[in-house]
Amino acid sequence: MTRAKLTGPAGAAKTSAKSGTGGRAVAGGWRRQLGAALVPAIMLGGCINVNAPDKPIVIELNINIRQEVIYRLAEDAADTIEENADIF
Amino acid sequence: MRNFVRGGMLAAAAGAALAVGIAAPAMAQRDPAYAAARAAGKVGEGRDGYLGIVGQPTPALQRLVDDINIKRRAVYARKAQENNATIEEFAFTAGCQAISRTEPGEKYQAPDGSWKTRTSAPPDRDPRCP
Repeated sequence: MTRAKLTGPAGAAKTSAKSGTGGRAVAGGWRRQLGAALVPAIMLGGCINVNAPDKPIVIELNINIRQEVIYRLAEDAADTIEENADIF
Repeated sequence: MRNFVRGGMLAAAAGAALAVGIAAPAMAQRDPAYAAARAAGKVGEGRDGYLGIVGQPTPALQRLVDDINIKRRAVYARKAQENNATIEEFAFTAGCQAISRTEPGEKYQAPDGSWKTRTSAPPDRDPRCP
């Protein structure tokens, strides 16, 4: 769930970047100035987005892997408990 | 024909070895101190697959729980490697099962981290549990 949120902002930043530089209808010099002003702002925004979610991403991966793996491990885990009845 | 016979003998030998291998540990029962602490609700099954202390820890209780958890971790590590999983994944799965197997009156840890007493109703487990 959170993962979708994390990838969401990254996608949005890209499309806004495209639409910023893609405004070709605007006159030449004006457009260049606007682009020069927008690019650092967009890059800065991108940097913040990438750095901030570092920790949540790690937790997220664990949860996603588990959900699939748990069912695969279930049978073996049950056997393990029965084989080691003294510590369970 | 000969191959078939030899295969059968091999299978029988493997089966006997397996039966001995499983039977020996299965015979082992809980240590009396562990069984008593469990029944008294001083220790409970954690949601992470390890034993936890419920309430006030004492040095003796801590030693008992540590001893069991070290052994559990060793088993989890071996089984996780066999299954190409992480220790945490295997431990969590075993925790799901261990909580299911608690008997009424014993303690277990709910998904929110709180300790609950098992009743005859199904335990409150993580939604990811099988």
